Amino acid sequence: MKLNRKWLNEEFVDLSNVSDKEFVETLTVFGQKVETYERMDAEIKNVVVGKVVSMVRHPNSDHMWICQVDVGQEAPVQIVTGAQNVQEGDLVPAALHNSWLPGGVHITKGKLRGELSNGMLCSFAELGLTQNDLPGAYADGIWILNDEDCQIGQDINLVIGNDDTVVDFEITNNRPDCYSIIGLAREAAAAFGKPMRHHEPVVKGSYAGDIYDYLDVEVPATALCNRYSSRMVANVKIGPSPKWLRQRLRANGVRPINNIVDITNYVMLEYGQPMHAFDYRYVSSGKIVVREAQEGETLTTLDGNVRNLKAGMLVIADENRPIGLAGIMGGENSEIMDDTTMVVFESANFNGTSIRQTALALGMRTEASGKFEKSLDPMMTIPAVQRACELVELLQCGDVLGGTIDVINYVPEPRTLPLECDKINRLLGTEISKEDMVKYLTLLEIPVEGDTIYVPSFRPDLLRMADIAEEVGRSYGYNNIPTTAFKTSTQGGYTPEMKLEAKAGTLCRGLGYSEIITYSFTSPTVFDQIRLPADSPLRNALRIQNPLGEDTSVMRTIALPSMLEILSRNNAYHNKSAKLYEVAKIYLPVEGQPLPEEPKMLLLGTYGANETFFTLKGEVEAIFAGLRLKKASYTALKDNPSYHPGRCARITVDGMDVGVMGQVHPLVAKNYGIDTEVYCAEINFTKLLSCQLPDATYTPLPKYPTVSRDLALICDEAVTVAQAEEVITAAAGKLLRDVKLFDIYRGTGVPEGKKSMAFSLELRADDRTLTDADSESVVTKILAALKEKLDASLR
Amino acid sequence: MREQLEQIKNNALAALEASDTPAALEEIRVKLLGKKGELTAVLKQMGRLSPEERPAMGQLANNVRAEIEAKLEQRKAAIHASVLEAKLAAEAIDVTIPGEAIPVGHQHPMNQVLQQIKDLFVGLGYQVVDGPEVELADYNFTRLNIEEGHPSRDRSDTFYFTDDDSVLLRTQTSPMQIRFMETHKPPFCMLAPGRVFRKDEADATHSPMFHQIEGLVVDEHITMGDLKGALTTVMRNIYGEDSVMRFRPHHFPFTEPSCEMDMQCHKCHGTGEIDGQVCSTCHGEGWIELLGAGMVHPKVLENCGIDPEKYSGFAFGMGLERMAMGRMKINDLRLIFDNDVRFLNQF
Repeated sequence: MKLNRKWLNEEFVDLSNVSDKEFVETLTVFGQKVETYERMDAEIKNVVVGKVVSMVRHPNSDHMWICQVDVGQEAPVQIVTGAQNVQEGDLVPAALHNSWLPGGVHITKGKLRGELSNGMLCSFAELGLTQNDLPGAYADGIWILNDEDCQIGQDINLVIGNDDTVVDFEITNNRPDCYSIIGLAREAAAAFGKPMRHHEPVVKGSYAGDIYDYLDVEVPATALCNRYSSRMVANVKIGPSPKWLRQRLRANGVRPINNIVDITNYVMLEYGQPMHAFDYRYVSSGKIVVREAQEGETLTTLDGNVRNLKAGMLVIADENRPIGLAGIMGGENSEIMDDTTMVVFESANFNGTSIRQTALALGMRTEASGKFEKSLDPMMTIPAVQRACELVELLQCGDVLGGTIDVINYVPEPRTLPLECDKINRLLGTEISKEDMVKYLTLLEIPVEGDTIYVPSFRPDLLRMADIAEEVGRSYGYNNIPTTAFKTSTQGGYTPEMKLEAKAGTLCRGLGYSEIITYSFTSPTVFDQIRLPADSPLRNALRIQNPLGEDTSVMRTIALPSMLEILSRNNAYHNKSAKLYEVAKIYLPVEGQPLPEEPKMLLLGTYGANETFFTLKGEVEAIFAGLRLKKASYTALKDNPSYHPGRCARITVDGMDVGVMGQVHPLVAKNYGIDTEVYCAEINFTKLLSCQLPDATYTPLPKYPTVSRDLALICDEAVTVAQAEEVITAAAGKLLRDVKLFDIYRGTGVPEGKKSMAFSLELRADDRTLTDADSESVVTKILAALKEKLDASLR
Repeated sequence: MREQLEQIKNNALAALEASDTPAALEEIRVKLLGKKGELTAVLKQMGRLSPEERPAMGQLANNVRAEIEAKLEQRKAAIHASVLEAKLAAEAIDVTIPGEAIPVGHQHPMNQVLQQIKDLFVGLGYQVVDGPEVELADYNFTRLNIEEGHPSRDRSDTFYFTDDDSVLLRTQTSPMQIRFMETHKPPFCMLAPGRVFRKDEADATHSPMFHQIEGLVVDEHITMGDLKGALTTVMRNIYGEDSVMRFRPHHFPFTEPSCEMDMQCHKCHGTGEIDGQVCSTCHGEGWIELLGAGMVHPKVLENCGIDPEKYSGFAFGMGLERMAMGRMKINDLRLIFDNDVRFLNQF
């Protein structure tokens, strides 16, 4: 919401001795945050009012003139102009040597076809003005200032009305009253501790007739229209508004149009009450009906667009057809024209949500709808329509009819609140006296009598003590409230899952993995990209009904695609390798429950020169060991379609499936545009919480030496290391402390279809040194079992 | 005999001095002190001396032996030292050759900032909690005093899963206030960081998914002064003890009174300009917005079964991306979610 300071100073509270910076900072810490502010004269420099004392034809041009211009200096300056509308004696805007015009145009002296020109005579467009700002001015030449109130040598900014600052405020949702000059003036006055001047509109109503003789208003849409107030004007003379009014509109970014339209816009700025003027000629049968549109009705709005209305949208209609889109924009069919003679002023209060939704649906948010959607004060319609009629009389552009039509469906009940000083001080942590509180509230025009606060209708946000505390607090100054430390003593900490997650992150980074953060939503096409079967339950994902796009329309039920997308992107960036991890939530719908489960997955993803299945497996094992998890088993998984059928393992702990790892299926990698080997692990992080070993306790270090024995076995290709380990462990008994594979060999000395696996065994007893006979007996048992179970024998 | 001993000594010392290998030393030792060595041979002649001469000559012989042995040890040590020196010199390497490449992973810059903030609050007694991202409208809006029809509920702003708009992607971490108060009795201090979602197209300053950190403190007699104190402490810890903070009134439906906290721009010191140019850090405002906060709205307390007459509290919320971007001078939000390793490896 914009506010120009001159209007504020002239009409409501004179703060002309306050600098822009102080004004802006004071209002900001008072609660009306200034987004930007700008001096209106910032763009025009060194342009003055000049008088053309003489002019002669340029000797080398058939259209240029050499003017001697009195700019208030000792001698006239010579300026060459190509304009044809200048006469000797005219007052004109003269941009002198080293002057600036809007848009960063810099004017310096120079020669025009051999003749010196010390600047430039300006058109109004060159000064940033439009025909709307200057209805009578000549558009195709120099702006002639003869009829303006100005003196030779005067800064042109003063003539234009640019000696002003426009301040743009961010208005919070709870303060619809501040979408008005009066509302902001009230805040400014209170912030500076000064009383505000008020003006009660007075209407003479000189027309010998009454609105009731001409107009009938019906409001069947009672829920969407709280109040509809109306007055009429006859003998309207459409013409330009006076300069002071045009300048105020221009300062606030509103284009002047004609006196009647300008009055409605002026009142909207001043009171924050959007108004509309209908040409009475086109209000069929003199009847205004505020009703919901019927499906399929159309209305051509003032901007020339045909609007297709939907049932439920609020329209202003006459007896036959819509003539305005309530609270948003009027209809072209009842627009004020140059020959309009009788006008109906509408000053209404509409349901904010309805207006907002209609504006949104039709894609036409206007100044008026922007105000209505904040839910305005229904008590404002009458003062606003009165003010409009007063301005009509002031501008002498019509005769106001007697009487006001005022249909009321809803106005708020007057509300009182107790002034609870102790509670307010207790909430703020202050010791503000009642006297000061009353002073603050009074400055904000919130009347207090005794211990009763009479909440004004323009402050619907004041409902309870805390609301009053905010008014008191900000008046006292938030920055003056003493800063204190509360005494509450609580134990801070993380959840077990967060602790495990932090630990997992540290381990991953130690292994060279960098953390990524990916979107929770994804495209439904990823299921095909990772070759998920058509009947996979993971395809049952939550769908966002109003997504930004198809790419972000489903909540991921599997995190692999997010990882692959990032790996793919890094590959496309020509990054030679990447090792990435993420602890990522997935979202699994639960039948019969409104909210999904949101377990966390630990994703590892990598590609690059030295990556193999076994580097990744080693890293997964290291992470599991670092997290102190129970021993995990890895079994071949041939039917996970996202992974290489021969290079994929299911990871289980205590028989519980906790994840999958392996080489991403080449077809899946290809779907992501990667032509190199990609390895991923997907571990259900939430499940790992229950896989943690109990807290560690000390096991005594061995007292007796360990005996190492190596076994090289020959067995069938099909025998797995895990099978051999299992047989060895089962057969060895309790003396075996560790078994490790250290070599697999195929080739010379090993028959075709067979392989050699070499294991290193560690044997130890806790109560004695093992003898050769002890270890020999263990080895014999192991070999016998291997032979029997796996047909494996010593090489 | 005396001359003989002197002779042996002088020859031996000279020979030892001239030797420069352990083998040469050993050779000299055997030649002099061995069973068939020269000194041994001389000593064998002791028997022929008179009893008067014997002690003096014996003494002399022992001295000569001791001197030779001492010299031998000295040379041995010196030669060992020089051998070692030569070995070490031969083993010298170019230490500027790079070390073996051990890849080190990097924590995502945003989570680095988050970790610092979480640790800080935990130290102050805050319990860190996590909650659902797919949320009920009841928690995300209604119980936070955000009424039906409020613009933030629009489908142009919020992602919905159901026709009746009852299930959505949370637009803020504030529903964690409700979830925590439902299950805990005051006093408590809570911190809830997490993902939030709003219907904004991704650009340099917007993302449909971003992160917030929510905080909530409820006890008897918590005041706005306490809010100021707690947040000033934390923010000074993050941004430096000399940071200048200010609080300014604002509006949130679930707090009253509400405020925003700004920090004076450390680049332009609040002037908004540097060398006549608009300060690029604060865009000329002189202040940088840090967070929104306020005293928990009495209606919100009531919605969670906490008596607002007895208890009061404050809540705050801050945007993590903005903080991380400011701290690490990241100028485009899209970099955060792009996850380019060349970006990640910088932090």
